[in-house]
Amino acid sequence: MLGYYWSLAMRSMWRSRVLTALMVMAIGLGIGASMTMLTVLHVMSGDPLPGRSHLLFYPHLDPLPLKYSSPAEYNASDNLTWPDAMALLSAHRATRQAAMAGGEVLVREPLQDGSPFRVEGRYTTADFFAMFGVPFAAGEGWSADDDAARAHVVVLSTELARRLFGDRNPLGRTVRLEDADFRVVGVIANWEPEPLFYADSVSRAFGKSDAFFLPLGAAVDLKLSGNGNFSGWGRSDDESTRMISPTTSWLQFWVQLDNATSVAAYRQFLVDYSAQQQALGRFERPASSARLDTLAQRLEHQHLVPGDVRLQLWLALSFLVVCVLNIVALLLAKFLRRSGELSVRRALGARRRDIFMQLGTEALVIGVLGGMLGLLLAQAGLWSVRQRPDDYAQLASMDASMLATTFALSVVACLFAGFVPAWRASRVPPALQMKQL
Amino acid sequence: MRIDIRHVAAALRRHRLATFLIGLQIALACAVLCNALFLLTGRLQLMKMPSGIDEQNLVVVSLQGTGGDLGRDTLLRVKQALRGIADVASVSMTNAVPFTQQAGEIGFRSVLDDPSYNQQGHFYVADNDFIRTVGVRLADGRWLGDDEATSSQSFLPISPSVLMSRSYAQRIWPGKPSLGQVFFADGVQRRVVGLIDDLARPNPEPSALHNTVLITGSNVLGQVFVLRTAAPSRDRVLRQALDAVAHVAPEVVVDLDYSGTLSDLRGRYFASNRAMAGMLCGIIAAMLLVTALGIVGLASFWVQQRRRQIGIRRAIGARRSDILGYFQTENFLIVTGGIAVGMVMAFALNIALMKLYEVPRLPLAYLPWGAVVLWVLGQLAVLGPAIRAARVPPVVATRSV
Repeated sequence: MLGYYWSLAMRSMWRSRVLTALMVMAIGLGIGASMTMLTVLHVMSGDPLPGRSHLLFYPHLDPLPLKYSSPAEYNASDNLTWPDAMALLSAHRATRQAAMAGGEVLVREPLQDGSPFRVEGRYTTADFFAMFGVPFAAGEGWSADDDAARAHVVVLSTELARRLFGDRNPLGRTVRLEDADFRVVGVIANWEPEPLFYADSVSRAFGKSDAFFLPLGAAVDLKLSGNGNFSGWGRSDDESTRMISPTTSWLQFWVQLDNATSVAAYRQFLVDYSAQQQALGRFERPASSARLDTLAQRLEHQHLVPGDVRLQLWLALSFLVVCVLNIVALLLAKFLRRSGELSVRRALGARRRDIFMQLGTEALVIGVLGGMLGLLLAQAGLWSVRQRPDDYAQLASMDASMLATTFALSVVACLFAGFVPAWRASRVPPALQMKQL
Repeated sequence: MRIDIRHVAAALRRHRLATFLIGLQIALACAVLCNALFLLTGRLQLMKMPSGIDEQNLVVVSLQGTGGDLGRDTLLRVKQALRGIADVASVSMTNAVPFTQQAGEIGFRSVLDDPSYNQQGHFYVADNDFIRTVGVRLADGRWLGDDEATSSQSFLPISPSVLMSRSYAQRIWPGKPSLGQVFFADGVQRRVVGLIDDLARPNPEPSALHNTVLITGSNVLGQVFVLRTAAPSRDRVLRQALDAVAHVAPEVVVDLDYSGTLSDLRGRYFASNRAMAGMLCGIIAAMLLVTALGIVGLASFWVQQRRRQIGIRRAIGARRSDILGYFQTENFLIVTGGIAVGMVMAFALNIALMKLYEVPRLPLAYLPWGAVVLWVLGQLAVLGPAIRAARVPPVVATRSV
């Protein structure tokens, strides 16, 4: 029976080619615009570390004075102060833990071609590599002893290693960063989590990765420049002391916890730590304000998806609704125009259900055609997104799941659009229409 | 024309569902259209926002790294070399200018006995050539004297005298005279000695455009050089400036992202806004197109359905213009109904957007515009089918089916 409906649908659509083309175009435009924005949102809210992200947590402490009010864009307690980060680090309550901050240094030597240049990277502690599962192309990370000794060792990205050393083996060689020599202990393979979830919320989250990693202690010793947010609330902090000040937050901190018991235990540990700091008079806010965010919560909290993107998604979806309404009206007109034909079928014994199915098939065909057009338009839309100057632009392309979603959305939209007209047309009383024939 | 609206409305009542659907579509289109137009004008206005400096005549060269890394001697050497370029009237060394990297954002206290930093703004820290180089305009008070360009200990020069953007001062001390107000920044009590016509932040956005303070110092270590020249020679001056830096200080790296004529920098800064404006235009165009398609489709269908009735009307004396007018009136009624509902929906959508994103309230003035656009669109879309209807010959009435 479906085959018969199919050929009926084809005939009917061919008879009113222009109207069909209008409907396919409308649904195609709506689907194209919506899928462009849904794809952008999809790639921006992807899992940065598949398979590992559910084990990662971000501790939150609130050392701010009661009277302190943070600016609207970020909360000063999103980052940790140096003493708190060191306390959590040395407590060793999680399977792995690392403190980190973004920074920018001047690379002075070795230079293949001319002038020194600046690169962005990360100051962190030993567990970083194992905790995030960073793949190494050569060598390895540094040890906890290196952290303690504030050793001048560095791990480079493949790209930076090649830029500095060409084809030579970089391991054991020396890099001069600002005014200090660092020994290369490892080179990481291509590793670009999108978004760069572990970074400070003010930095670029997409299309960026770290070119080097070096021990946090060494960075503090040398007062290397941080490129994240330094929020201070003490009276006496200045540039020279802010890195180790108990009243300046600037460090990100991640822990790996393997099961629910250890998550609960760690949460309790944070509350206890806050209570203890409160007893010492350092923290003013209640100990219960300490919390442990999952990676997903942390990403949510960082507002990585710009308001513009969400706004555009809303506009595109409202546009789709307008398109669907448009198709409902057109299908209704089209189906009712065939009342005569339908009443003959009814008189010859077709049930209401059959009529409904027949017309539904027609809506489905329009949905499939619209889906194909929508797919083309979405590719064009994504191409135009990739031309934008924003940091997420380069990521905008469709994967298999989004391709399937495009079709599904188009077919569902058209079936939905076809439902009311088909139902209405299946209610046409046979006798009345026959008389008019 | 002798068109009785009651007749048109009576006919529409026979097509309640289709009329309702097309009306609803127009309503939604009206709601989205008004909001999209509003967002679009917001973006365009932001892109045109005044920076408070003499953009046409300025060229900027930014160096990578903080001024401190580069060393004062190097910076002075660079400044000297830039001043030597032909047609350069003056050169200033600063931490930033509008549309370069933000470099002086700090919190400060406008209530002296309150420990929290209740204000946050951008401090332009520059040498005392800055004012005459960039061409800011004094609105009230006095300029900073040369002797007020003092040395810095940490972040800001220790001089207590600052200039402030006029609108920013009014926001911090509402209802009070802004001149002479004091605040605490970087450990020193500062006094507003002059108000300047609003000077934009390096990274202006709708929520923070002009929250800027200008302070001059004697040992500024800025990484941004701004050159004043005449508009026709700015491209040449830029090329010569880049060459000059490479010549006198081969070890420093020019940050090309933030170097160029000020017009270039403005263009780059608003590139993402331009993309958003393009997207909004696209949505508006697509929405109008689809709405028009819907009207064309439905009107064509109705014309075909009523061929016989049209023939009868023509046979009993209706002129072509009557038939044309009939369909136009019908469309006008539907669109008007849609617009009436759409205006309410436009406000609902705007309120939802205001809650979710930083979108201001939709001004009433956008509603008539949205309405006019849809009326015109509706009339144009229905014109084709209506003309076809008017061409229906009276003889159709005499045929059966």
